[in-house]
Amino acid sequence: MMSLGPHADFIVASYAVTALVVVALIGWIATDYKAQRRVLADLEQRGVTRRSQRSGGDAA
Amino acid sequence: MAVIDLANPTRFLSLVDRVLPWLAAATALVFAYGLYRVMGAPDDYQQGATVKIMFLHVPAAWLGMMGWGVMTLAALGTLVWRHPLADVAGKAAAPIGAAFTFICLITGSLWGRPMWGTYWVWDARLTSVLVLFLLYLGMLALYWTAEDPNRSARAAAILALVGAINIPIIKFSVEWWNTLHQPASVMRLGGAAIDNSILVPLLIMALAFTLLFFTLHFAAMRNEILRRRVRSMRMTQARSA
Repeated sequence: MMSLGPHADFIVASYAVTALVVVALIGWIATDYKAQRRVLADLEQRGVTRRSQRSGGDAA
Repeated sequence: MAVIDLANPTRFLSLVDRVLPWLAAATALVFAYGLYRVMGAPDDYQQGATVKIMFLHVPAAWLGMMGWGVMTLAALGTLVWRHPLADVAGKAAAPIGAAFTFICLITGSLWGRPMWGTYWVWDARLTSVLVLFLLYLGMLALYWTAEDPNRSARAAAILALVGAINIPIIKFSVEWWNTLHQPASVMRLGGAAIDNSILVPLLIMALAFTLLFFTLHFAAMRNEILRRRVRSMRMTQARSA
């Protein structure tokens, strides 16, 4: 077992906070992606198209 | 595929879909190896085991500044070439840069308490990094409150360019002013002042954090392109109703 000395609480807290922030960021981006895909699929299913799709282009 | 083709959002999305799984896998692998090297790194002769906080704090600080660097380049793309992908890149970088700056501030504070005897001191380095974090929050507020991305793009680009002045202030604050924060020990003239047994794990962790930044940035750019497509389609739907 790795010894973290008398300041182990500060070291563990640093790694815990970093892990929490990174996991929250990944979770937020993944959830946002699913939400955008779902809304996009719903709009496409209802026959809504982008202006660029009608004109044959592919701008955002 | 020519580089100029990536300026096309559809081709960019296709590239991101292909590259993202590899980038995510590389990030996980480098993080695993980096953490393995961190566990094997020796304690510092002065700071003891608290030096392990450095392996998070320093890469997070670099990435917090790099995030604003990405936004500055994106701002030039928005203002000079008026390309919509530039604003997409800037907007996607803002929350990621803010998160890394937050990690830098929290881990720095947790490192400062046992080493300096205080969680916070208003010295030039700490204060300029706090200013960077507040600038990120301002940028996020600007992006998230503007309904029309075309309108917010110009204002965000100007804020990014103004905020870029803070980056050299952060970097050189420890040389220009008398600070409690230690001077540069990796990126300095005359080479790194850290022993290889600690420097190598630090550089591996910095690479892992950088890969994480670009993985998240590409994923967030993809989200933003899709969000703008949704907005465009809803406007088309509203017009035809």
